[in-house]
Amino acid sequence: MQVTRFPSRADGLSDRMSGFIAHLRMNGLRVGPRETGDALAALTAVNATDVRQARQALRAVLAGDSEDWRRFDDLFDAYWFNMGKQRKGAAQTSHVRVQTAKPMIWQQNDQTEKGANSDTDQKATADPRDRSATGIDGKLVATRQADLSRQDLRELLDEQSLLQAEKAAIAIARAIRDRRSRRRKQALRGPALDIRRIQRASLARGGEPIDLFHRARPPRPMKIVALCDVSGSMTVYSRVFLAFLKGLISSGTQADTYLFHTRLMRVTDALRDHDTLRAAGRLSLMAEGFGGGTDISGSLNTFLTGYGARALNGRTIVLILSDGYCSSDPKALGDVLARIRRKARRIVWLNPLKGWRDYQPIAAAMQEAKPYLDAHLPANTLEALAALEPQFRKL
Amino acid sequence: MTLSDVKNGLAKQGYVADDRLAMALHLADSLGRPLLLEGPAGVGKTEVAKALAAWRDTRLIRLQCYEGLDASHAIYEWNYQRQLLAIRASEAQGGTSEAQLFSDEYLLKRPLLEAISEDKPPVLLIDEIDRADEEFEAYLLEILSDFQITIPELGTISARVKPIVILTANGTRDLSDALRRRCLYSFLDYPSRDTELAILRARMPKVEERLARQIIGVVQALRKEELEKTPGIAEMLDWAAALSGLGVNDLAKSRDEVQATLVCLLKTAADYDAAPPEVMDRLIGKVA
Repeated sequence: MQVTRFPSRADGLSDRMSGFIAHLRMNGLRVGPRETGDALAALTAVNATDVRQARQALRAVLAGDSEDWRRFDDLFDAYWFNMGKQRKGAAQTSHVRVQTAKPMIWQQNDQTEKGANSDTDQKATADPRDRSATGIDGKLVATRQADLSRQDLRELLDEQSLLQAEKAAIAIARAIRDRRSRRRKQALRGPALDIRRIQRASLARGGEPIDLFHRARPPRPMKIVALCDVSGSMTVYSRVFLAFLKGLISSGTQADTYLFHTRLMRVTDALRDHDTLRAAGRLSLMAEGFGGGTDISGSLNTFLTGYGARALNGRTIVLILSDGYCSSDPKALGDVLARIRRKARRIVWLNPLKGWRDYQPIAAAMQEAKPYLDAHLPANTLEALAALEPQFRKL
Repeated sequence: MTLSDVKNGLAKQGYVADDRLAMALHLADSLGRPLLLEGPAGVGKTEVAKALAAWRDTRLIRLQCYEGLDASHAIYEWNYQRQLLAIRASEAQGGTSEAQLFSDEYLLKRPLLEAISEDKPPVLLIDEIDRADEEFEAYLLEILSDFQITIPELGTISARVKPIVILTANGTRDLSDALRRRCLYSFLDYPSRDTELAILRARMPKVEERLARQIIGVVQALRKEELEKTPGIAEMLDWAAALSGLGVNDLAKSRDEVQATLVCLLKTAADYDAAPPEVMDRLIGKVA
């Protein structure tokens, strides 16, 4: 969260309010001058000296979606109660106390607010480890909530690779998403007229073709099901692959993601969680046994029996991200892939080892799997992931 | 109308509104802006509008959105059949003017036009707006910001009184920024334990205090389990009605009834499997 310091001087409420709107805009809310007016109008409709009422009124006017709605409390406190964290220069001292310039009207208002405020005061010292502290005097960064979430997530997904992997995933998703049916179907708008229906409807109008009907080629989007190996041998790559999966989820395609080692877990919802802190928590809960052995065929079997009916159809691409080292019977892997093959459109195996120069798929499991794969592609680095796009176009 | 009026008024209709929702409704009324309600299924988004209409003693005009909903179903339509009949009839008598054909008489009012032509401000509920197509959202913009509808043949019709507009959505698709900016916003989440208890008391005063506590405890605990369809308030009320109908006084003593009435709470096979008797025993053990 970007935090604005509460200005110590202002020309009345409207000036403060426009400062608040600017603060919200800086934090990604879609608000503008019109909302400033609305916010002031809203305050006249309630008892504006009551901080609870003011907070709720402003929330109703200024929040645009559920994400804004959740963040609003923090943003509100950060501005009006100056509860952000101050950064000065390149964090010269570790004891920058934030002054609490609480607006006068709310000062004696409610005791709980005060308690919370002083509590934050102690923690609101500049954090020298804060990576985003790039130091412009008087600018403030991140409340402690935001900071916590970033730190926890750092262990799973660091921001740079997340961004890159997301880009790669979005490019791939885009390459396979826009498929249209060849047949035309009845539609509200469309390039072609539906002569049969027009003629039929014209009967009701004495033979005049007054009602027009159209036909268009409906979209037939491809679905992606990604199964990612997080066993011991894949530890090095799992971080990047997790970011890649997150990218797939947020790319606007219908994507479904699973992690497996000796067991299989569906992580679509965990990755979609807008609350990054909770997402990380949910992932690490599921990741018990991260970095252990692998049972590819067993996991794929669980997937097929548990989720297969719902997740797979004739327009699904199954992505398996694994190195193929597996402790179970390689023959079983061939069998389960054959069964998946019958239900899904394509199976693509992304293998981090394949990027190595002299790689030969000698692992017994890979030998068994090969006949059922539509593609066996390298994916050891982010660059390799990004380079997959043209390959996917061909599928 | 003040904030507490809203809360009390809704409470009289058996609707327990939390502060944030009451504030949003109060502002929607005093600023004359539409209110967009979002939240998971079964938390009482539609019910707000009903309670509001009942409290204000006005009409509730409801527009249920669906894919393919178009202007002729939502706003107005010309009554072609009557127009054709009128032409035929007038041909016999010697001609009619076009102005007559496109007059109020031949206009079929659909919910939105109806809402702005009422004399007493009605409550207009546009339910599940995210199910309608994007084009339809664009139709709505004029109505929601200026409360007027333009009919090419008749001109612009402005609202006599501003209706109270409530839109609901639960995230089937993203709504456009233009629509969001015209609305006040409120997010309804699953209620807290106390709020939910208050709801149960308001709706079913006959349920015994201890049973009510147990029911709320179990439902709240169930929401924390990993379910496909989390039970909402409506499901909770159904369950309470089923249990009290069966004469259950204590969940711990009537395990069979509990298991049999779970159909009220859990709506998919997978969820039903996820709550076997052992799990329910554990949940009930916690609250009993």
